Amino acid sequence: MSQGLSTKHLLGIKYITLDDINLIFDTAREFKEVINRPIKKVPSLRDITIANLFFENSTRTRISFELAEKRLSADIVNFSASSSSLSKGETLLDTVNNILSMKVDMVVMRHPAPGAHFFLANHIDANIINAGDGTHEHPTQALLDAYSMQEKLGNLTGKKIAIIGDIFHSRVALSNIFCLKELGAEVTVCGPPTLIPKYITELGVKVEYNLHKALQWCDVANILRIQLERQDIKYIPSLREYALYYGVNKALLDSLDKEIIIMHPGPINRGVELSSDAADSHHSIILDQVENGVAVRMAVLYLLAGKRN
Amino acid sequence: MEKAKLILDSKRFALTIDRLSYELVENHGDFSHSCIIGIQDGGVILMDKILKALNEKSNISNILNGKLDITFYRDDFRKSSHPIKASSTEMDFLVEGRRVILVDDVLYTGRTILAAMTALLDFGRPASIELLTLIDRRFNRHIPIQADYLGMAIDTMDHSYVKVEWDSKGNSDCVRMLKEKKN
Repeated sequence: MSQGLSTKHLLGIKYITLDDINLIFDTAREFKEVINRPIKKVPSLRDITIANLFFENSTRTRISFELAEKRLSADIVNFSASSSSLSKGETLLDTVNNILSMKVDMVVMRHPAPGAHFFLANHIDANIINAGDGTHEHPTQALLDAYSMQEKLGNLTGKKIAIIGDIFHSRVALSNIFCLKELGAEVTVCGPPTLIPKYITELGVKVEYNLHKALQWCDVANILRIQLERQDIKYIPSLREYALYYGVNKALLDSLDKEIIIMHPGPINRGVELSSDAADSHHSIILDQVENGVAVRMAVLYLLAGKRN
Repeated sequence: MEKAKLILDSKRFALTIDRLSYELVENHGDFSHSCIIGIQDGGVILMDKILKALNEKSNISNILNGKLDITFYRDDFRKSSHPIKASSTEMDFLVEGRRVILVDDVLYTGRTILAAMTALLDFGRPASIELLTLIDRRFNRHIPIQADYLGMAIDTMDHSYVKVEWDSKGNSDCVRMLKEKKN
């Protein structure tokens, strides 16, 4: 009989167990039923206040977390760095301590510095959920990706997953690798050599530089965004050249002559890493990912709240 | 090893199920405006047995029924040793305007039923809600909730534990009482 998660924070997939992942998925399945009811709300977190601290821009992750919190009846406060006292020179710990003085129980945070969540977890009492820390991890995205794959394919043991695109800057890639390996899937990363970290194979993944070969091999292609905001030096000659060699389009998918699932964590640079005809094709489960995102985040919030006394 | 006291043997168990099904027919006729909802997990097993009895003894089938899980509605979330893991809710209809029969195996503090009624309101406004339970631990209530259809009322100490033992073939279901709950 399960008594909940092994941890009181979700800092990264690396720090949770296979049992935790399965418990989150089992709970998310029930929450997916809840969010498809006429009244999409349960009272589980009615005595919990959650602060959403976004020190980096976000649209869908933030909306997804907010909806998940509201569906669980939590009270929420929102904060974004652009309109805060951070611009007046306040430190992260001061900002968060001030918010916690207002009796906040859980913190969902996105921060540009990898490890910012560990720092907070060591200093404050609230449950911390990582909604993305720099180029490090984005655990809820990996959980919803794996959950969406499981929904389509069943057990992921032995399934072949290709993660395609900017692996170097992607926190989604790293969390996906940890999560998929834990679930027993085979993972290959694919992209231009400049965007593949040198020692990535030490995580137990294969590297493939040829997009066609990677697609031919895999059951699922998780295509990542080219992170224009993190390209402070030139890793690729041009977006046009990237699209030519690593852009996935319908003609390419049709030439494979096999069933393949196309995923993308969003936002899509249409016409760069993924063409419109492929993103909107029957191969794509991108909108399922968005729906599952709310259910998975509800599960994470609910289970972590269960660790509070 | 502690000896569990048998309080409802398999023969009386089967008779009780039949009686409860007849009582339902008395009040609900052909069930055209009613639905039966079992509370996970014990209530669902009991509901299935009641539905089977209604079919076999009264020739009534196709009764609208659902399974309700109340994990997300518990008032003791984070306060007790209850497992946090949810069971599934299968309600593919709305209860709007219907006469609902809630089914649970043991009525104890009443908090499960309170949570179930809160959950039920998320599926519409029922015309009425009735409660059917197999066992009523009548002196242990925290909330003023009573059963409309009752298998058996028993008097228990607060620390004792009533265990309904379900047999998948339905031949040897029984209810036992233990001095305390074992984990």
